Amino acid sequence: MKSLPQITDKVKKNLIWKSIFRRDYRNTVRDRAQAVFGNVFLHLHPVQVRESAVKLRFTWGMGGITFFAFILLVITGVVLMFYYHPTIDQAYNDIKDLEFQVPFGVILRNLHRWGAHFMVIVVMIHMFRVFMTGSYKTPRQFNWGIGVFLLVFTFLLSFTGYLTPWDQLGFWAITVGTNMGAATPLLGYQGPFSEYLHITPYNDIRFALLGGAQVGGNALLRSYIWHCVALPLISIILMFVHFWRVRKDGGISKPQK
Amino acid sequence: MQDEKELLKEQKKEITDQARADAGQGKSGNRRNFLAIAGWGSLAGFLAINSAAFLRYFYPRVLFEPPSQFKVGFPADYPLGTVSSQYQREYRTWVIRLQDGAFFAMETKCTHLGCTPSWMDSQKKFKCPCHGSGYYITGLNFEGPAPRPMDRYKITLAEDGQLLVDKTIKFPGIPGKESNELYPQSLLRV
Repeated sequence: MKSLPQITDKVKKNLIWKSIFRRDYRNTVRDRAQAVFGNVFLHLHPVQVRESAVKLRFTWGMGGITFFAFILLVITGVVLMFYYHPTIDQAYNDIKDLEFQVPFGVILRNLHRWGAHFMVIVVMIHMFRVFMTGSYKTPRQFNWGIGVFLLVFTFLLSFTGYLTPWDQLGFWAITVGTNMGAATPLLGYQGPFSEYLHITPYNDIRFALLGGAQVGGNALLRSYIWHCVALPLISIILMFVHFWRVRKDGGISKPQK
Repeated sequence: MQDEKELLKEQKKEITDQARADAGQGKSGNRRNFLAIAGWGSLAGFLAINSAAFLRYFYPRVLFEPPSQFKVGFPADYPLGTVSSQYQREYRTWVIRLQDGAFFAMETKCTHLGCTPSWMDSQKKFKCPCHGSGYYITGLNFEGPAPRPMDRYKITLAEDGQLLVDKTIKFPGIPGKESNELYPQSLLRV
């Protein structure tokens, strides 16, 4: 039998351990800071925060909870993709399979669905808090702008995910939503002034969204690609900027006294 | 003292201006920044053409949808004063023949929120199941929240004697106006 220090020695004093952690860790201020600096995931965070900045009654923690919801949606969404085909013949039945037949399918689907509702609500509460505490004011105006884009992308993610089950609810939501696109001035075939650009249902902005003049197979596929690839990628890039700017603009906002 | 300082400043400026001119860094383009302009310019052009191609990519050349022009059979197939729902599901179009023998084609779309009304033959009216809008056989709205008559499509006679509906030509319903009078060209008399 070996003693505990001997085992830790064996685990720690080899090339693999050292290549991952690089240095010894002692519980000092310097090493705690090093742990944050030297970690690719943590380095977006400030090394130290003021005590007042973590007061829950001021921030409500809503931004962080929104990010948590996003992580949850990415994980459950990727797992759901293993069973889902974005075609009009299969989509609806795949969702039914997930609900009734696939092991743990129903909890994954519901986590994704309710998580999406949750994220939309929470991101709006976050915006409300930022507004009420005046945290959009200088020097944080730029980050407020990024935040508005993130809000829009949250809505777009929610909207494009709506069609994926190919049920009546999603079908008519996309019908109404893209008809609103058709009413865009100049670019939509029902919008004002579009006749000057010779816009028809076959070359307007709605056509680009649907991949056709009707809500059909192309619309489902486009919606799916936007939902699973393009919109999350853009959102992640914006999130990096958003989190980084929180720190660069003087840290999370805090009560005045 | 003050003047001396200003004089010195002026001299300095002259020297730098001269040096700039010697090095060919004037305000207008020249050899030194030609490459920079050309480089950034071609990058911008490259990105612009790529963006245009990216946008064009979203408009396919071939659609796997029902065609916008289609034949709906011979005029003799339609009795007087009837609404044919035969092409409703695939083409979202009714082919209607009025009592006086005139044909017209109408989009099966309620002008309120876009649901599909049903033809009630016993009551001789279109009724929308969503919010109860009602229309006469001509498409004129008379009850419910619908704001205007339903839209018509162009209908003509093809060379082989069949009726031909063209969905690219539309006659939009105008509030309070009877489309028969507003668009005589939407009616086909055989």
